[in-house]
Amino acid sequence: MLQLVIFYIFATIAVVSAILLITRRNAVHSAMFLAATLLSVAGVFLSLRAEFLAGVQVIVYVGGILVLFVFVIMLVPTDRVMFERRYNRQGRIALITAAVLVGELVYAVIQGRDAFVFPEEALEPAVEGNSQWVGTVLYQNYLLPFEIASILLLVAIIGAVVLSKKSKPGGENAVEE
Amino acid sequence: MVSLEHYLILSVVLFTIGVIGVLSRRNILIILMSIELMMNAVNINLIAFSSQLQDVIGQVFAVFVIVVAAAEAAVGLGIVIAMFSNKETVNVGEIDLMKW
Repeated sequence: MLQLVIFYIFATIAVVSAILLITRRNAVHSAMFLAATLLSVAGVFLSLRAEFLAGVQVIVYVGGILVLFVFVIMLVPTDRVMFERRYNRQGRIALITAAVLVGELVYAVIQGRDAFVFPEEALEPAVEGNSQWVGTVLYQNYLLPFEIASILLLVAIIGAVVLSKKSKPGGENAVEE
Repeated sequence: MVSLEHYLILSVVLFTIGVIGVLSRRNILIILMSIELMMNAVNINLIAFSSQLQDVIGQVFAVFVIVVAAAEAAVGLGIVIAMFSNKETVNVGEIDLMKW
């Protein structure tokens, strides 16, 4: 019962701040509501007993990605955006697409709910400690994907540096006016 | 007892909100934030099934999803800065160089 109450608290905060995230005019407010959503999703992870992922969520998303977002929002003056329209002209199409998507997915979940019943005896974790368990499986069975992920991060670092570098006028990367 | 459907429905709702944000907003920063929201919804799914099956592979894949989200945010924000230094705008409607 307590679990259910905690889940509903976190889920309500997550959904309400997600809705506020996509409707606010000011991008800084959106970033703050994204923080609220991410933190309450971390709470949902905790209630699922995925403590390592909850910690990673807080450190990487809220501590890294979100700070990067706020940094770029501060770097890019957005005064002009405050007086423009918030939505593009395909709002109706977006709502229809979203309605179809949510109908389809909820139908699939409701239809498939009998398949979600799992044997009870499997409910004890194989290894004591969630982080230890994740680390063991990650480094023993998924070492190659782990290395590929590190290469992906390296490519992303180089790409971000190259993209945000100021191109010199007359240089080979100069954009033609 | 919270059943698996609760988590799946929460994930569906967050993903759909992200889709609406991507499709209807004009500010590229908020579009990128909506994409992060969708990735988070996927993570809820992975971890809910992982916790239900007592199989940690779902959580390992959630780590990889977080890695991809971080890389995407870094490159996406680099594109935002390049876009602003070239066209002085964060409105995706004005980026129509490759549109015909």
